[in-house]
Amino acid sequence: MDGDGKEIVIRLRGVVTRIGDRLIHDHLDLDVHRGEIMAVVGGSGSGKSVLLRSIVGLMRPNGGSIEVLGRDVLGLDEEGMRALQMRWGVLFQDGALFSSQSVAENVQVPLREYTSMSQELMNEIAAMKLSMVGLGEDAATKHPSELSGGMRKRASLARALVLDPEIVFLDEPTSGLDPIGAANFDQLVRDLQKSLNLTVFMVTHDLDTLRATADRIAVLVNGRLKVGTIESLRNDRDPWIQEYFSGPRGRAALA
Amino acid sequence: MGNDRDQIDSRPWFRIERAGSKLRLSMGGSWTVHHAAALDLELRSLEVGGASEAEIDGSRIDKLDSIGGWLLVRTKTGLTDDGVRIVAFSVPEIYAPLLATIESEHMVPPAIVEHPVTLTAFLERVGLATHTVQIQAVGILGYIGRITVKWFLTFRSPRRNFRLAATVHQIEEVGINALPIVGMLMFLIGIVLAYQGADQLKRWGAEILTVNALGVGVLRELGVLITAIIIAGRSGSAFTAQIGTMKVNEEIDAMRTMGLDVDDVLILPRVNGLVIALPFLVFYANVMALIGGAVMCYFDLGITVPVFVRQLREAITLDTFLVGMIKAPVFAYVIGMVGCYEGLNVERNAASVGRLTTRSVVESVFLVIVLDAGFSVIFSILGI
Repeated sequence: MDGDGKEIVIRLRGVVTRIGDRLIHDHLDLDVHRGEIMAVVGGSGSGKSVLLRSIVGLMRPNGGSIEVLGRDVLGLDEEGMRALQMRWGVLFQDGALFSSQSVAENVQVPLREYTSMSQELMNEIAAMKLSMVGLGEDAATKHPSELSGGMRKRASLARALVLDPEIVFLDEPTSGLDPIGAANFDQLVRDLQKSLNLTVFMVTHDLDTLRATADRIAVLVNGRLKVGTIESLRNDRDPWIQEYFSGPRGRAALA
Repeated sequence: MGNDRDQIDSRPWFRIERAGSKLRLSMGGSWTVHHAAALDLELRSLEVGGASEAEIDGSRIDKLDSIGGWLLVRTKTGLTDDGVRIVAFSVPEIYAPLLATIESEHMVPPAIVEHPVTLTAFLERVGLATHTVQIQAVGILGYIGRITVKWFLTFRSPRRNFRLAATVHQIEEVGINALPIVGMLMFLIGIVLAYQGADQLKRWGAEILTVNALGVGVLRELGVLITAIIIAGRSGSAFTAQIGTMKVNEEIDAMRTMGLDVDDVLILPRVNGLVIALPFLVFYANVMALIGGAVMCYFDLGITVPVFVRQLREAITLDTFLVGMIKAPVFAYVIGMVGCYEGLNVERNAASVGRLTTRSVVESVFLVIVLDAGFSVIFSILGI
């Protein structure tokens, strides 16, 4: 809990990441509260995805501490990590669906791994989750290669949500989608966040997504994070942030 | 550790009360994914038992996730479908939105289509398989023809179509970089052959003929055959995996849209490079095998190097050497063509790269051995 009485589900303190001799993250601090949608923005190569990968334990930062749901990600043993992994879901940029399995089988992977349900119940749950993310029953039996990019993202979101995680991590959720598809996906994330009381941590470029979904925004510039709402960040003096929110695209999206 | 969510979970339960034509289901505890398997079985065996009205009271559920929610919704719709009227349905306030979402997103799971075993189905499978074979045959013929035409075209306009740098790179990759492994293996095979030959021939006092057996065996057959098999495993598979991965990444499509000819850029340098490199590699392999044999002859039979060389010159002729060497470019062509062809067949998924790489190696080793047998038949007819 912090001073406002809100529960903190992700807490970063002094995170330092170097790739080669380039300093990507220069002592980052960040708190994400339960039930909010936190969006991380930043230029290409600024280390947004690296940050996400560090939080979910795919990469090890050079220094600092990362706590998710009160547990120290960097110090957890294998079993502790497994217990934590059941409580979050990750949506990768291109979906990362397993290409040898059908969409329904993909969604059932965590169920098969962590529970002992009957195949019948798993089929029902896969169908329910797929329909929650707006996919019809014809999609369930298809293989990922037969789906469009937007459908793959939705299927991957269904897989990320199947165990009712407390946190979902979204890496560029709307990249590669057409504007209508992207707007639908934003709405979907918002709806699911409300009905399942999710905490969402997303990395994005998309200004429309920011405006439509994000409660707070963390801007990653020159290895440092600036956190605020769209309104407070628009008044920030940093040239990159100015350019981002007040450039032609920013003005159009936020108008 | 890490199971604090489970610790605050209480066991889920449900009770069935019957009063005349009324069925009353009351539920409580944690209806979550971890308990779903057991609840599922119990709920499935729920008997309506002639009830016409039902009341579902979930107000004592203290934890509900979407999977538990699904079980509730399924039970409810199941009862409705059996003609039971639901007179009351309640869950704690905080879970009402979740349940509403699940109910509105209710979808029938897709039925699994079972293929019946009938005569028609059998005929259909046979027909489909035949059709596939036909399509593949046409595809392979078209591919061989296309590459051959492209090969001749490079002579017409070598400046445009011949990729010198790529070809040289392939020669380095498949030829020079393969020297250590090929040399090592052939040296060992020379040792093994000499040892086996010496062991048998010693009994007849004909130890010296070991050199003949070794020379003829290596130069005519084993040198080229084993080198070709090593290269099929080493380079044929690499061709398939490289081209296949490029296909998965849409690099091949990118080349096409830029007006680059995939055959010129990717396939001809690989096939040409292999056809040029393999004969040299076979020559080197022959030498290494003979050295291995000579070493074994010296230690096992006491045949010194000058004696070995003299005996070898008597045993073999130029023909013996050429019979082996002439196979090398043919094998190289087959390995290169198969490797590239399977690479181009890769579909856009990870499993397909692995499957086709395996297929490429199996096919090229198979074809190399079949062709080797074919060469033997031809040479015996020609009396060489």
